[in-house]
Amino acid sequence: MNPDRKTYDEKTAEALLPTAEPLQLVDARGARVDCPGHELPSDEQLVALHRAMVLGRRFDTQASALTKQGSLAVYPSSRGQDACQVGAALALGPKDWLFPTYRDSMALVAHGIDPAEVLVLLRGDGHCGYDVHATHTGPQCTPLATNTLHAVGLAHAARLTGDDDVAVLVLLGDGATSEGDTHEALNVAAVYRAPVVFLVQNNGYAISVPFSQQSAAPTLAHKGIGYGMPGVLIDGNDVAVVHSVVTAALDRARAGGGPTLIEAVTYRLEAHTNADDATRYRQKSEVADWLTRDPVERSRVHLRAAGLLDDAAETALQAEGEKQAAALRTAMQDEAEPDPASLFAHVYDKPTALLDEQAARLADELAEQA
Amino acid sequence: MTTATRTPSMTMAQALNTALRDALADDPSVLVFGEDVGPLGGVFRVTDGLQEQFGDTRVFDTPLAESAIVGTAIGMAMYGLRPVVEMQFDAFAYPAFEQVVSHLAKLRNRTRGGVSLPIVVRIPYGGGIGGVEHHSDSSEAYYTATPGLTVVSPGTPQDAYTLLRQAIACPDPVIFLEPKRRYWGKGAVDVADTGPGMDRAVIRREGASATILAYGPMVATALEAAELGVAEGYDLEVVDLRSLSPFDDETVSASVRKTGRAVVVHEAASFGGYGAEVAARVTERCFHHLEAPVARVTGLDVPYPPPKLEEHFLPNPERILDAVANLQWEREDRA
Repeated sequence: MNPDRKTYDEKTAEALLPTAEPLQLVDARGARVDCPGHELPSDEQLVALHRAMVLGRRFDTQASALTKQGSLAVYPSSRGQDACQVGAALALGPKDWLFPTYRDSMALVAHGIDPAEVLVLLRGDGHCGYDVHATHTGPQCTPLATNTLHAVGLAHAARLTGDDDVAVLVLLGDGATSEGDTHEALNVAAVYRAPVVFLVQNNGYAISVPFSQQSAAPTLAHKGIGYGMPGVLIDGNDVAVVHSVVTAALDRARAGGGPTLIEAVTYRLEAHTNADDATRYRQKSEVADWLTRDPVERSRVHLRAAGLLDDAAETALQAEGEKQAAALRTAMQDEAEPDPASLFAHVYDKPTALLDEQAARLADELAEQA
Repeated sequence: MTTATRTPSMTMAQALNTALRDALADDPSVLVFGEDVGPLGGVFRVTDGLQEQFGDTRVFDTPLAESAIVGTAIGMAMYGLRPVVEMQFDAFAYPAFEQVVSHLAKLRNRTRGGVSLPIVVRIPYGGGIGGVEHHSDSSEAYYTATPGLTVVSPGTPQDAYTLLRQAIACPDPVIFLEPKRRYWGKGAVDVADTGPGMDRAVIRREGASATILAYGPMVATALEAAELGVAEGYDLEVVDLRSLSPFDDETVSASVRKTGRAVVVHEAASFGGYGAEVAARVTERCFHHLEAPVARVTGLDVPYPPPKLEEHFLPNPERILDAVANLQWEREDRA
């Protein structure tokens, strides 16, 4: 046997396995559930999570409406995944980094990025509307799973630099777990003990392909043990458990405990994008069933029962959402076209002779048209 | 000038090793990683002794995963480090292709200048060493066809040192193609020589009758052809492109306008190859100075052959001189 080979006792291995059922702190009816080892967020946190979900949901429905009106080129809704996106974003510490995909707009808004900046990509004005370094947020990633490696690299760089107050959260979906980069990222993260947390939002579909055709694993969280990292299976429609588990994983990462793989079971209530027709691959009854497990409603019921939310607070929250939506509509009415000269500005640090030549030609074309 | 100490003769592999060593010593943000680059020193020994000198947090082995090597380098550069990564062989860089073209090349543009990626991807490339399949590809055109990448290839030990130092200092990602058949070729290396700039071509041999345009492994082959050509009555100029992207139109056009004839040489196949771009650019800029169409001498348009057949595949001085002979010579043109 290879002398360098580690041996695991059964107990160590077992600790890396997920639970049989997804962890919950608040069940689908809004009732508190006992979950050993995981604490319910504080009252203050629960209220903040609920507020961010209501605002995130309103942002999402507004973005979908703007797409129907032709203001956005495309919008991949994350309605239904509100708890995953908000719970995860609010778990981030001040020096942590986030690596999102195109379906994580709600997470970006919850993370504090201006909704109008979030929509620059989908509006077609640019590829990324926010400042990556100022927001500690990678550009929304379209080639799925490729962002997992950027997250691992940044996390490893933080460790090499001696910054032990930095952890990285990367968001991916069930489809992305089939990509090779996810495998490489999980493996390298575990080998380097990089301070990174992988949150898989398993929303049941990769565009039209159901999860049953994506993976034969018992759960995606089971993949963790294969890399030597814990895999945690959680109810992705329970914002309390998402926040609690992601917070604990980020804390563990910062403390040098290495990476964690979290699978959050959730559901994409809308089609893949406005250009997709979900009736071709799933039953309306299935969607109706998941509507009864709506994460925002669950949180609302829970907070009302706990006395943390009253009519006045709900009304104020609705008003805040409407104000945010109105501001977004106004921002999207801005008809300013991007400057064609900007095409050449950031291909290289300094434009090459070839780019200067083409920029001059384009300027001539535009002058002739003027 | 103390040429005795400043310009020792070293192999190209040693020159690259020296460049990495000097860059690691000069800048604490420089990191070297890849497969087998640690205790082994790389399969071509280009990273020999670096881990010993700089420790295993600055020079380290990665899992066998090329996409991860480039993908994690991107994240590390976002955090302010300057990774220099090794792809073990040309064809083994392909798993990293998506990271290279979709992120490495585009991130500055996607973030409107917000994110710089000062990353060097070193790729030993090309044939001529009797490698079994997948060890001899000339993959330059995949990279030069991608806006946002800078692609360079040294043809001499001096350039191996100079260009690698410049690539590491460059704020943009650089694909650094190392001509593996020239790793063991020796030449003088002056570490203080900063060269003409990473984006410039240089004239390796002045001549009047035709211009041979070559880069990387074919620079030595072109120079050999030029020497053999003397006996056939040709006075050939050899231009070493050095930078494949961006392309030094100025130096190349000046040479071709002077000689009126051009042959571009590379190991990669001809169809859709880099030589097509060179021929087009030369034709666009020098049409009225050309006495003959720009000729190409390239590898055959077949998958890279097994070692016992590679001599038939690779361009050689004879094929270059054959191409020169077909450049529509009038008697008085010959030098």
